[in-house]
Amino acid sequence: MSQLFHHSLTQIRDLLRAGEITAREATASCLDRIAATEPRLDALLHVAAEEALAQAKTMDAHGPDAHKPLWGVPVIIKDVLATVGMPTTCGSKILENFVPFYDADCVTRLKEAGAIILAKANMDEFAMGSSTENSAFKVTKNPWDLARVPGGSSGGSAASVAAGQCFASIGTDTGGSIRQPASFCGIVGVKPSYGRVSRRGLIAYGSSLDQAGPMTRTVADAAEILQVIAGHDPKDSTSVDTPVPDYLEALNRGGSLNGLRLGMPEQYWGEGLSTEVDAACRSAVELAVSLGAQIVPVSLPHTEYAIATYYILAMAEASSNLARFDGVRYGRRSSQTQDLATLYTRSRSEGFGEEVMRRIMLGTYVLSAGYYDAYYRKAAQVRRLIRQDFLNALDKCDLICGPACPTTAFAIGENTADPLQMYLTDIFTISLNLSGLPGLSLPVGLGKDTGMPVGLQLFAGNMDEAGLLSAAQTLETHLPKLPEPPLA
Amino acid sequence: MKISPEKALAIATLARLEVSPELAASLSAQMDDILGYMDKLNELDTASVEPMYTTVEQPGFLREDEVAKEFGRAQILLNAPESDGEYFIVPRIV
Repeated sequence: MSQLFHHSLTQIRDLLRAGEITAREATASCLDRIAATEPRLDALLHVAAEEALAQAKTMDAHGPDAHKPLWGVPVIIKDVLATVGMPTTCGSKILENFVPFYDADCVTRLKEAGAIILAKANMDEFAMGSSTENSAFKVTKNPWDLARVPGGSSGGSAASVAAGQCFASIGTDTGGSIRQPASFCGIVGVKPSYGRVSRRGLIAYGSSLDQAGPMTRTVADAAEILQVIAGHDPKDSTSVDTPVPDYLEALNRGGSLNGLRLGMPEQYWGEGLSTEVDAACRSAVELAVSLGAQIVPVSLPHTEYAIATYYILAMAEASSNLARFDGVRYGRRSSQTQDLATLYTRSRSEGFGEEVMRRIMLGTYVLSAGYYDAYYRKAAQVRRLIRQDFLNALDKCDLICGPACPTTAFAIGENTADPLQMYLTDIFTISLNLSGLPGLSLPVGLGKDTGMPVGLQLFAGNMDEAGLLSAAQTLETHLPKLPEPPLA
Repeated sequence: MKISPEKALAIATLARLEVSPELAASLSAQMDDILGYMDKLNELDTASVEPMYTTVEQPGFLREDEVAKEFGRAQILLNAPESDGEYFIVPRIV
C-alpha cells in the first residue's frame, strides 16, 4: 500500500471507484509519504491528518460514489486559498493564526467532487516570489535536488505533487506561479484563462492577474481537476459565464497533432535561454512536428516590456489589496495599540516580510498623485499592446509554444540578494497573465547540464483550455517518461 | 536618484508601514533600481492606446439584490484579535 504514491490521480480514482482500495488507504498512503519526505522537503504548512482520515472513514462507510469524479482522492491546497477550519496563512506571519470560516469556491467544488483536503502547501508570502524562499515559515526544497528551489510562488504545491505527497494540488498563478514551479519540479501546471476559475476565497495579490489552477503529475489529471474547479461563480464579478466544455473529451484524440499550427515566438527562443533548456524544448517541438504539427514563426514584439508592465500593475494592485491587513478584524495585531494609527502601522510592520513591504511601497508609489499616469496608467496601456501581440500571433496559429523559464531550478540563495534579478527570471511566464489567456507547462525532459526538469509552455486563445490539454497530452504520450525524482 | 531614504520613509508612512532607517536605506536603493528598470516603458509611444485594467470582456455581471444571511456574527468574529462577542474592539478613537 505504501507504493500507491506512484499512481496518477486518474489511476487512484479508478482504483477507488472500483473498490480495490479504500479512501482511508489512499489517505493513509499519502500521510505515510508525507511523513517520509516532509522532513527533507518542507513543502507543507499544515497537515490535517486526523480530519482527513476521519473523512475518509466516513466516505468508506457509504462506499464509492460514481457521481463524484474525485471520490476519495487526497489533494493539497496552496495556503493562499481559504479552507474552512484549516489555517490559511498565505505564508505570512500576519495571517499566522487565521482560520477561515468559509471555503474558496474551488475548494468547495473539490469537496463536492469527493476530494479529501489533506494539507496546505507552502508558498512565497502572499504569492510574491519565484522560489518559495519568501515564505515566513520555511524554505521548500526541490525533490530533484534538495539544494535547489522548487520555484514559486506555488513551490510547496509543486514539490508535494512531484514527491508523491498527494495526487494533485491547486496552485495560483499571478505571473507564472503555477507554470514556473511546475517546470522546476517536472510536473504539469495549468493557468486557466482569467475568469475561468472563481477567485472567491483566493486571498488577492494582483486581482486582475490571479488565477487558480491544477498542478498534477499528468495532463489527464490536470483535465480532471480543471473540470471540477472551472465554472461561473455569481459571487465573483470577474468570473466568466461561459459554459465549461468537457475537458476529458479533449483527451486521447488518437495521438496525432495533424493540422495543429504551433507558433514559435522569436522572442522566446533566442538570447537569454540556457543551452540545456533550449535543447530540451526544441526536441519537444521536433517531436510535435513529427506528430504532424506545423511550425509557424510568430512575434510577440512587446515581450521585453512585460516584466516592467507586470510588476507595476501587480504591485499597484497588491498595495491596494493588502491594505485590508490592519490588525482589526483578523490576523496579527501588535501589542502596541495606544491609538488606531499605531495599531495599523505596528501590526502591518510586524506581520509583513520584506518582499511584501517592498511591493506595497512600490505599489503605493506608482499609484500616488504625480506618478499614477507615468507608471500605473502607462503600464495599463502597454498591457493592451501585450495582449494584442498574443491575439495577433494566435490569428496565425492555434497554440504558441516556448520555454517556461530561461533556466532549470536555481540554487537556494542564488537570487535572494537582488530582487530585480529574481523578477527577471519571470520573463517567459508573465506576459500570459497580462493577456488573460490560458497556458500550460509540460515536463519535456531533463537538462543535460543540471539533470533538472525542463518545462515547455503552451499558450492558447481565450477559454481554449481544451486545446491546450489535448495537444499537451499527445506530446506527453510520445515523450519519454521522466524518472521519479531522486527523493522518491 | 528617484527614491532617497527619506522618500522611502515617506512612502512607508503612506502605506502604514514602519521601517527602520537601515531598512529604508536598502529599500530606497532597491526601489530606485526597480523603478529605473520600469522607465523602459517610456520607450513606447502609447498616446493613442486605451489603458487595459482587466481582460474580462463581459459587461459587469449583476445578481438580484436579495437579502441572505450566510454567516453569523460568531463566525465573523472568530478571527478578531479583540472582540466583546458583539463588535470588533479597537483603541479609543474620539
